[in-house]
Amino acid sequence: MERLAFELESAGPPAPRAPPVVVGVVASGNLEVLVEPAELDGRCRVEIATSAHGFGEIWDAVLRDFAARNAVAGLALSVNDAGATPAVVSLRLDQAVEEYLGQRP
Amino acid sequence: MTLPDGGHPPAQKSYREATARRRLAGILDPGSFTELLGPSERVTSPHLASLGLSVAFDDGVVVGEGRLGGSAVLAASQEGGFMGGAVGEVHGAKLVGLLRRAERERPAGVLLLLDSGGVRLQEANAGLVAVSEIMRALLSARAAGVPVVGLIGGGWGCFGGMGIVARCCDGLAMSEEGRLGISGPDVIEATKGVEELDAADRALVWRTYGGKHRYLLGEADLIVEDDLAAFRAAAAELLARPRPLDLDSLAREHERLARRLADFGGCGDAAEVWQLAAAPEPERLPLLDADAFRRTVAPARRGEP
Repeated sequence: MERLAFELESAGPPAPRAPPVVVGVVASGNLEVLVEPAELDGRCRVEIATSAHGFGEIWDAVLRDFAARNAVAGLALSVNDAGATPAVVSLRLDQAVEEYLGQRP
Repeated sequence: MTLPDGGHPPAQKSYREATARRRLAGILDPGSFTELLGPSERVTSPHLASLGLSVAFDDGVVVGEGRLGGSAVLAASQEGGFMGGAVGEVHGAKLVGLLRRAERERPAGVLLLLDSGGVRLQEANAGLVAVSEIMRALLSARAAGVPVVGLIGGGWGCFGGMGIVARCCDGLAMSEEGRLGISGPDVIEATKGVEELDAADRALVWRTYGGKHRYLLGEADLIVEDDLAAFRAAAAELLARPRPLDLDSLAREHERLARRLADFGGCGDAAEVWQLAAAPEPERLPLLDADAFRRTVAPARRGEP
């Protein structure tokens, strides 16, 4: 198990506070993403536990793209990964933020 | 996602394809579910962590309270995608806690959305203890007058200790795609050889473990299509007809089992059972939808009326 942590700059206003959501399943080639509100001074924090070792640079690239696509300041994302490909990770991250923001107040 | 006609994708209907969370959302009254010990609590498996294996924030089971047709119920949903829905220490403790809560709070019932290969081998002893605790808590809730209903329609079926838990319920609803058993096909092939059971023979596996066979034998009380709304209706129907938990009903069940063994003990294949039970056109049964199947096998079905 490798643990990685990232702090991302994200444009746009901070995301509103909402109840946490979790999407995805920790199954082979898949991952779960838990989204929670957090006081992060305009940044987004992502903590990852992954069964695939040595892919820190790729996570970094995928997460930078993600933070550029979405206004995710003020969100803490926690990921349990079971060897998902970068494309699957990107889709899950987008899905997680969409579900978090789409909740009824 | 935008479709060519500008509309939205159809609402998910398949029970089998849905995740544990989506299943709960589709079975309970819309928006009524409140999760207990949710993912933010991060109550994860210490055993998997010590083995360096991936954990899940909910340890593969979602538990909580909600409403079904307006009545307060407690519900649990196992996520087969995470380690085959297998029961570890935390996963099991969440189920036990839910059932004990039911005994204390007396809701209208408990729904168990089962999707599990049984005990999680990485947590063998803790998992085995957990399964026995689940059985005790389930029967205790039933003895206190709270009906417990099982739903089986996930991709992992319901095997091992959870297969026994399923048959401790007041009622069970299954889809044809759902499977119920103790030793699964791979276990039997590994221990008894491929001549005994070819786990790669999907038709044989579903004939042996699938919802239709379990319904015909009287182990499943309802057979439904692989559809969230159908499972929702089945859950409501079964909650309304609890099974007595007393010595008489156990004695009747044992008589039924003895009769079944006498009638079908010599059969080598489920198809022979269907033939002997005088189900009409047994070779066509796997092709029928749930309604047609129910009508066709009504005269041949074993189990309680």
